[in-house]
This record gives sequence, structure tokens and C-alpha cells, in this order.
Amino acid sequence: MLFLFLIFFLSLSSYAYVRYRALFLDNLSTYHSLPSYHGLYVALWCFIPTFFIFLLWNLFEPYYIEAILLSSLPEEFLSLSALELQLVFNNIKAFSSGAIFLEDPGQSFLFLVNIYQESIDLSRTFLLIILLSSLLFSFIWAINNSKPSFKARDKVEGFLKFFLSICSLVAILTTFGIILSVIFESIRFFEQIPVIEFLFGTSWSPQTAIRADQVGSSGSFGVIPLFLGTILISCIAMFVAVPIGLMSAIYLSEYANPTLRSVMKPMLEILAGIPTVVYGYFAAVTVAPIMRDIGESMNLTVSSESALGAGLVMGIMIIPFVSSLSDDALNAVPNSMRDGSYGLGATTSETIKKVILPAALPGIIGGILLALSRAIGETMIVVMAAGLSANLTINPFEAVTTVTVQIVTLLVGDQEFDSPKTLAAFALGLVLFSLTLLLNVIALKVVRRYQEQYE
Amino acid sequence: MNRDIFMSNREKKLKQNLKRRYASEFLFKLGGMFSLLVGFSFLLFFFYTIISTGYPAFQQTYILIDIDKNHTSEDISNEFFYDELNYQNLIRDGLREIFPDVSERSELRNLYSLVSSGGIYEFKSRVIKTPSLYSDSSSFWILADDEVDTIYKSKSSNNFISEDKINFIKNLENENRIKLKFNTLFFTSGDSRDPELAGIASSSLGSIYMLFITFILSFPIGIAAAIYLEEFAPKGRWTDFVSVNISNLAAVPSIIFGLLGLALFINFFHLPRSAPLVGGLVLSLMTLPVIIISSRVSLSSVPSSIRDAALGIGASKMQMISHHVLPLALPGMLTGSIIGMARALGESAPLLMIGMVAFIVDKPSSVLDPSTALPVQVYLWADSPERAFSEKTSAAIMILLLFLFIMNAAAIYFRKKFEKRW
Repeated sequence: MLFLFLIFFLSLSSYAYVRYRALFLDNLSTYHSLPSYHGLYVALWCFIPTFFIFLLWNLFEPYYIEAILLSSLPEEFLSLSALELQLVFNNIKAFSSGAIFLEDPGQSFLFLVNIYQESIDLSRTFLLIILLSSLLFSFIWAINNSKPSFKARDKVEGFLKFFLSICSLVAILTTFGIILSVIFESIRFFEQIPVIEFLFGTSWSPQTAIRADQVGSSGSFGVIPLFLGTILISCIAMFVAVPIGLMSAIYLSEYANPTLRSVMKPMLEILAGIPTVVYGYFAAVTVAPIMRDIGESMNLTVSSESALGAGLVMGIMIIPFVSSLSDDALNAVPNSMRDGSYGLGATTSETIKKVILPAALPGIIGGILLALSRAIGETMIVVMAAGLSANLTINPFEAVTTVTVQIVTLLVGDQEFDSPKTLAAFALGLVLFSLTLLLNVIALKVVRRYQEQYE
Repeated sequence: MNRDIFMSNREKKLKQNLKRRYASEFLFKLGGMFSLLVGFSFLLFFFYTIISTGYPAFQQTYILIDIDKNHTSEDISNEFFYDELNYQNLIRDGLREIFPDVSERSELRNLYSLVSSGGIYEFKSRVIKTPSLYSDSSSFWILADDEVDTIYKSKSSNNFISEDKINFIKNLENENRIKLKFNTLFFTSGDSRDPELAGIASSSLGSIYMLFITFILSFPIGIAAAIYLEEFAPKGRWTDFVSVNISNLAAVPSIIFGLLGLALFINFFHLPRSAPLVGGLVLSLMTLPVIIISSRVSLSSVPSSIRDAALGIGASKMQMISHHVLPLALPGMLTGSIIGMARALGESAPLLMIGMVAFIVDKPSSVLDPSTALPVQVYLWADSPERAFSEKTSAAIMILLLFLFIMNAAAIYFRKKFEKRW
């Protein structure tokens, strides 16, 4: 940390020096660029290479020190396994930084601590020398370059532009990171469980055996019941969200006066701002008991983790998505179409139903698809309010489970990373990702094309 | 003649038709109003339930207990006096003094359980911190057990609670020895198995660490990416691909980001599990597309006349952006970022994936310490069977919503204050 500060400070002072030289020592009028650009050029040359050396050094230092410790291991540690050695190394680190205190460290342990500290000191000294010489070297090189006629501005701006373009790549890299990480783990999963069995199996019970001869030792990984549960809950959610969201959007954009609109629109947006974990709590604690009581009064057995409760609350969560996207679509319909319809004597509702809705339909459908992908990927509500066991049913009063619930239950808690149980979560993630990606791509394409139509 | 009849028939039909049309118009409008009402009434119902179950959590029941101090001055001068004092016995003696008739074993056990066992430790640590607290008075308010708290607050009982306890509480009430005090522990302590001691301090701190990391990573990178895409990137396939990619990324389910964090940061880079650092990294990847999209919108809303004027007097493109476009677009960018950060604050699904669901008592002292987040704390408490946790959950939700409200209000304020209409 101190080194980082040192690098930064020295680079800053090189900036100040070059700027000072340009302003007061040289003839300013002979300069191609503003003094600050010359300063920045030198400072960047000082900072960036040195900073990277610093980073690399910090990255490799632990390996180097570990190697030194390994090569001078006292006899009594030689028989230890790799894991135990790791523990010893961690102890050494903690001990020498004063984080832990050992009653009786033992002679050989202290010996190792000594070696550790010596090599750390050596490494730090070397690092300091290398950093300083790199700073000096790049400073001399840059300052030699940065003569008054030097096009410092072009160089600095070129670098900045390069930096900006790197930043824009982060989003792409994230997508690739998601795809790669999910696919790699899924491939490891499919080595153990065949793809066909995964995609078309009708039973899901992902427990794996502790002993090989245990009853039911091989878990079954059929994804169909999860899909059915996900679709059931999402459908209930869409049954709630689409009519309410669409009608609110219609009312707000076609009927409501500006005051009502300016009050009610943020109100709906509050619904979108509530964290999903809060919806989940609400669904599990308030809505589910109400559902059960209503069911009892009608002589229906409603599970306390029914798909209906989770779907209903999820639907309410999605209302603002549907309404704001439909609102955009409705507003994009040109006024000339409305006026034409009114001119023929149509009432407002007829205009909406026969003219505006058909015209806005692609946009609305795009919005609904986006909302659907949101419902499918929603996690916290179903984790808290839907069931855990996979039932192959389409009865909304029973408990069903979803893809996201299973991902969470498989990955929360202690886990080893090569059992099919944890890898199954990544396979489910792959399915979920491809499904939502497909929906999103279609939806965004539809919305985009529709927007272009009226522009 | 014939024609007149035809006309009036037609008129009649039209009139009937018109009635029907107006009726359907009315129904349609009613449908719209009804939908709005549904959303609105859900919101009211929601806030009503959360607030009505949550507000009692801001108060906690305390019991006044006299402590018999028969130590000599020699005892007190011992520097370990307060550490060695048997607080449990002192408090139990005090309880017996209030109820001298109680002698039976099971009754005594009920009596002792009026006071929270964690509350005794809390009292001890308070005394050790400021010994004058102990020496200055003879009776103390001691934290009551969560069961007592629930009974006293709700003034009702259920079958699971013994008759004895209810009588004890009634007696205490008659003697003015039981009262509600503001629950400072809720704001200063971490998670606990005892509902009366559980607080949101450690989880809020975890959330703050994560938001900090998210902000310092996603804000600069998001703005830089938006500037490149909006101002420099050559129009073409690649730029289109990047933009489509970013809008898709904004719609990817958050749990997928959690999987990415687990596979990349924890399994590949071996960063510690449950650390706010990893949480912050995952959340910043999640917030980045939101910030890029909103920043691009606010960059593109800066009129071209300003760009042309800057270029016209000889500024380079980079100067034009950094001196003119960026300052004008910054408020919009900030608004978008705050909204993105608010979303990140409420997010919990990806945090479950990277192991931030641990039971954390201590406040994390750095971004590498195991920690949890406020929404995850809500999730954990919601799963706890104790009745007293349900009010804690609602209270934590209220705090979370308050934070979100403040952030959104700040965003709106920025927009109102700095937004320029061109």
C-alpha cells in the first residue's frame, strides 16, 4: 500500500515538474501541446509500467515465498500432506504479522517463521529497487521524448481513448465470463449425468450418497418438474401482471390527467423498487396464510407453500415492468393515428382497442416477454414462498419448486466442488441463462424494430 | 314517408348502439381505474403490514432488578472485581427478592428465564466498560427474554407459555418494574440466536462495504464505457454487438451473476467466501450495464450545438468531451448510478451464491472479513422459527426501505436540480 502511494506520488511530482518546466523554464510558444498534456504524458509513462510491475510482483510473491519455504522445510514437516502444509503456511503468515499468538510454536516452526520473514524482507527490498529504477528509467525516457515539438496531446488522448475502449469491453467480458463459467461446470456435470436424462427426466431428487451402497444412492436429475414449476408460477404471475399492468398503462397514458399521472406513475415505480427479498417475506408470511384460509373456507386444500401465493406476489412485483414498458409503447404511437380515429367518431376505448393497441402490440409483446424472463429468473420470492420438493403437477394449490430455488438450495451451505449435486446447479444455471437470453434477445429485437417503425 | 320511418329506425338503432358503446367505454375506463387501484391498494396493504409488525421492534422490554451490593470496599479496589463478579447470581437473587414466595424448582426456572441470558452478558460488558454505572445505583434495567417481550408487547398470551410466567409479568407490571425502552441494541449489535439481542449493525456494515466497492468500480468504468460507445466507437457491427450485449446483460437474472461470482472469483481466483469484496465485485458487474445504459442516454441528450461550438474553437474531441459534454451529462449519469446502486443494495440472490448467508455476529473490520448484507439478514431472520424474529425482520425491512428511499430521493433531487431541458 505504501509502495502504491509512493508510485502515485512520484508520478504526480513528475507531472508537476514537467508542467513547471514548460511554463517557466522553456519558451511556452514553442510547445505543440498544452503543458498539462506534456506533464500527463510523462506522468502516465511513470505510473503505468511501474504499477504493472508492482501488481505482477504482488501476484507472484506468495508463490515465490512458498517455494523458498518448501525448499528449506525441516524434517518434521516433510511428512505432512499438502493441505496440512497449507495450514502451517497460513499459521506462519498469521504468526509473523502478529495476528495469532502461539503458546509453544516449536523450534522448527520458529525457524520457518524466520525464513519467511527474511524472504519477505528481501522481496520487498528488491521490489523497492526495481520500482524506483523503473520509475527513473521511464521518467528519463519520457522526458527525452517530450520535447516542445512533441505531440503530447495526441499521445495522451490516444491512450485515454484506448482506456475507454477497454472499459467498454468489461460488459462483453462479463457475458463471456458467465457463459464460460456456466458451460465449463455444466460439461463436468454432463460427464456424470447424461444430457438426455437431465433434460427429459421427470424426477428430481439431487441427493448424493455418502456411502456407495446406500439406498437410493444415485440422485436423479430430471429437470422437467422444475421447469413445470417455474412455468406454473411464471404463468400465474403473468396472469396477474399483464392485465393489471397493461390496463394501468392504458389508463395512465390515455385517460388520466397530468396530475394523476405524475402521482400514480411514481407509485407504481415504488413497487419496482421494493427488494425482492421483501416481496418474498411478504409472500411467505402474509399472503400464504391468507391463501390457506381462503382455501379452507372453500373446502380446498391449499398448501402453505402454494404456487398460487408465490405467483401472485411475483405478479405484483412485475406489474411496474409491464406497465412502464407498455406505457412507452403506447406513447410511441403517433398522435395522428389517434386523431384519425376520433375524427371518424370512435370513442376513446374504441380508439384504444382498435387503433392504438394493434399499433403498439409489438412493443407491448416485447415488454411482456421481458417481464416473463424476469419472472423466470426471479429468485428470492420463490426461495422464500415456494416449495423445495419437486412435484410434477400443474395444480396451483400445491407446492412446486423452480429452477432458481434448486440452484439456491444446491449451492447454499457446505459443498465440495466436484459432486454432481453442486455441478447440477451450474447445469440449471445454463438452462436458465439460455432461456432468459433467448427471451431477452427476441424481446429487445421486437421492441427495437417497433421503435424504428414510428421514428 | 317510407324514408322517414327508415331514418328513425336507423336513428333508434344508432342511439341504442351509442348507449352500448358508451357503456363499454365506461366499463373500459373503470377497468383501468380498477387496475391502478389494485396496485395502489397492494402498496398500502404492504406498507401497513410491514410497519405494523415492524414498529414494536424498535422498543425492547426491560425489567428493573435491585441488586444487593454487599461487597466491601476492598473487593471493589481489586482491578478484576468487575470481571469476576457473578452477574447471573446477582440478577437471580434480585429476581427472587421481587418474588419471595417462589420456591418450587420449576417455578424458579420460569422466574429466572424472565431475564435474557444474553442480556446478562450485555449488562456485564456494559459494567466493565463504565464501572461507575454499577457503583452509582442499586437497581438496574435488565434486558428481558424475547418471550417476555412478546407477551408484554402484545398483552396477549397463547397456550405455549406457562401460567406462571404470565403471572410474573402481571406482577412486574403492577410494581412498575417492567417497561419498554428504545432498542439501541438493534442498531449496535450483530446477528444473534437470541432475538432480543439481534441487531443489524454487522449486516448494514457489510452492505455499506459492498456498496462502496460497487460504486468505486462500476461508476468510473460505466461512465468510461458509455463515453467510448457514445462518442468514439465507430458505428458498425462491433458497436451494435456491444450495445445489444449490454442491454441483454441488464436483463440477465441476478442469480446467474451469483454463479459467475462463485465460479470466477471464489473457485478460480480463490478469493475468500462470504467476503464483501466478492459481493461488491459481483454487484458491480450487475450494476455496470444499468449505469452504462443510463449514462449513454444522458450523453446523447447533450445537444450537438455544444459539441460543434467546442470543436469549432479548436478543442480536440477529448477536450470537447471532458470540458463540455461530460459536465453537462454528469448529473444524469449520477442519477442513473444512484438508481443502479439502490438496486444493488436490495439484491440478495447473488449473495446467497457466494456464501454471504453466514451467521455473522461480529462487525466485519475489512472487506475481506466474512460478512452478510442487510437483505440477506432479512432472509435469514425470516427463516428463524422464533416469533420475536418476525418483528425484527419487519424492522430490518423498514430500515432497508428507508435506505432505498433516501437513495431514490437523492436521485430525484439530482435530476430536478441539475437537469437541463434543451
